[in-house]
Amino acid sequence: MRFLLDAEQKEFGRTLDRMLTASGTPQAVRAWARGEYGPGLALWQRVADAGVFGLAAPEAYGGFGPLPAELAVAFVELGRHCVPGPLAETVAATVLLAHLGGTGPAREWVPRVCAGRARVTLTLPGGGPYALDAEAADAVFTVTGSGLLSLSPGHGPVRPSVDPARRPARPAGGGTLLASGPAVRAAAALAADWAAFATAAQALGAGLALLDRTVAYARRRTQFGAPIGSFQAVKHRLADAFTGLEFARPLVFGAAVALAAGSPTARAEVAAAKAASCDAAYTAARTALQVHGAIGYTAEYDLSLWIGKARALRSAWGGPAECRARALELFAQGSG
Amino acid sequence: MDLAFTAGESAFRAEARSWLAAHVPCTPLPSPETADGFDRHRAWERTLYEGGWSAVSWPEAYGGRGGSLLEWLVFEEEYHAAGAPVRVSQNGISLLAPTLLAHGTEEQRARVLPPMARGETVWAQAWSEPEAGSDLASLRSVARPAPGGLLLSGHKTWSSRAAFADRAFGLFRSRPGAGRPHQGLTYAMFPLDAEGVTVRPIGRLDGRPAFAELFLDEVFVPDADVIGAPGDGWRVAMSTAGSERGLALRSPGRFTAAARRLVALWRAAGDPGDTALRDRVADAVIRARAYELYGYGRASGDGAGAGTAESSPVKVFWSELDLALHETALDLLGADGELADTDWAEGWTFALAGPIYGGTNEIQRDIIGERLLGLPKGRRG
Repeated sequence: MRFLLDAEQKEFGRTLDRMLTASGTPQAVRAWARGEYGPGLALWQRVADAGVFGLAAPEAYGGFGPLPAELAVAFVELGRHCVPGPLAETVAATVLLAHLGGTGPAREWVPRVCAGRARVTLTLPGGGPYALDAEAADAVFTVTGSGLLSLSPGHGPVRPSVDPARRPARPAGGGTLLASGPAVRAAAALAADWAAFATAAQALGAGLALLDRTVAYARRRTQFGAPIGSFQAVKHRLADAFTGLEFARPLVFGAAVALAAGSPTARAEVAAAKAASCDAAYTAARTALQVHGAIGYTAEYDLSLWIGKARALRSAWGGPAECRARALELFAQGSG
Repeated sequence: MDLAFTAGESAFRAEARSWLAAHVPCTPLPSPETADGFDRHRAWERTLYEGGWSAVSWPEAYGGRGGSLLEWLVFEEEYHAAGAPVRVSQNGISLLAPTLLAHGTEEQRARVLPPMARGETVWAQAWSEPEAGSDLASLRSVARPAPGGLLLSGHKTWSSRAAFADRAFGLFRSRPGAGRPHQGLTYAMFPLDAEGVTVRPIGRLDGRPAFAELFLDEVFVPDADVIGAPGDGWRVAMSTAGSERGLALRSPGRFTAAARRLVALWRAAGDPGDTALRDRVADAVIRARAYELYGYGRASGDGAGAGTAESSPVKVFWSELDLALHETALDLLGADGELADTDWAEGWTFALAGPIYGGTNEIQRDIIGERLLGLPKGRRG
């Protein structure tokens, strides 16, 4: 057993971190929130060039995967840097189409998605009715509960999200039917697991960013003649936020190992990771807001970008109750 | 990155499982908080020793098995899954032994560790005092020089297992004039039946004498029973305090076993429509799995994360998880949740102490804030 990232995986995370730090993501996020996608799409291309969108797709379709541990490393960084766009949806689309295989939509879309030349989003059964960032996408896929995979002809109005950089819209009905049947349902279920998994890693990254920024603020901000981080009431909230994130991380990588192995418990492992990391990220968000005080409650201050995301990611790809119901299966086989 | 057990690790698990299946008492032992129950638990320690399982991670030379951290985690999983008895040697094995291995002399290790492994000597911890709880460094018990050793005097309290244990280890002030409170302390071992020692058992929340206070009146301790340099006791104690707080004291296997029992209880007694309770069960499962995976990560590592400060979030995590597991089970039991003679009630009583001993969770949060997050030190309180 070696339940640790290797040197190459760690370096991959550091490389992404450096690249995103240099990219000025908050400006791209704010532009994206206004529906100005240019800076965000430039960032998107850099993420694609780093290989991130090929991590769930097999080599046959232009990817490098499936490499869920690397995907988790990448999505922690995407979350940490608040990168906008249909990130988990892109992962899910590559899994869905590649799993269906063949020479049709998989051949047409997956290599271009991996290379960053096409942006896609989707809806899946059980994943909510909204296609995230449909307006910025070249294709919107839908899968119905009865197993019909279609290319949607468009989308409805963009709805506001508590994370302004997320722009959900309902796919338009009808469109081109690409595939149907039990194979579509099975591929869609797997794709939804990957979407939840990517979202868990992204939430963990968002939580880590919220904690880092808030610790820095608590060291700097002085009241009553002392840095507020020296007060136990503040320190202990930050300690709890840290502990929550610290113990969400092994669940995210445990889910990665289960997905890589095709384990029968993968869905439960993903659900546990999603529940824990979204809880930890939201706790970090509440702590961040409270410790910053009024300045944290402004849209102008960049902290708001992560606070909204931590809330929105909880509801995406399986809310807390749904994830908990699935996670029960982890220890369902009795003792031993 | 993987979670695959090697053939050797799987064989180790199988060996532990089959030994436990053959040796764990069919009916639970009486509570270790009674004289008879304590003796039965001591005998169980001897049985464990004879099977080679009493100190899995110690070197073989001292009565251990020479196992890796991963093997120890696996043994603990099997131990708790088998419903095996409480370990009355826990304080010695997980608190004193790491200190001796790090700071003791070869003579001390050879003399102290083997009888500890055999269950012949059961150890109690003597750190806290009536006026020195969270502020442990303010302790007042003294160690005065005497020919060939020290004379210990003072009042120790909350000493777990001391009501029935044989010996104790503790911190004493040997240089009262030292500049700062944590300077001039000495770490010493002493017999609980020595002249000058009075043990007064204290009933815990349910009245059972799970701990005791110790009155020491010029108790002679030879130099050979001082661990580390005289006056260096704080450093000696703190360098292994992580053992008390972290993985070593409460292994993940304890919580994964309890979580499996909780899920079984939920399936048997839960109202499927009660999603609030179902979420609590699931939450306990998720946290137990998180701790299990955390342990595997630590066992895969190169010692990173094993420092004293790193054990603080671990202690906060497992102590809160332990309470959540047992509180949820009691809520699932309906009217039977008030009965004191169930394993869940016993576990709940035990779990209530978790956020207090080993340094309260508030002290752990201070350590997390100051040493892991780099927040400024503040006045306590």
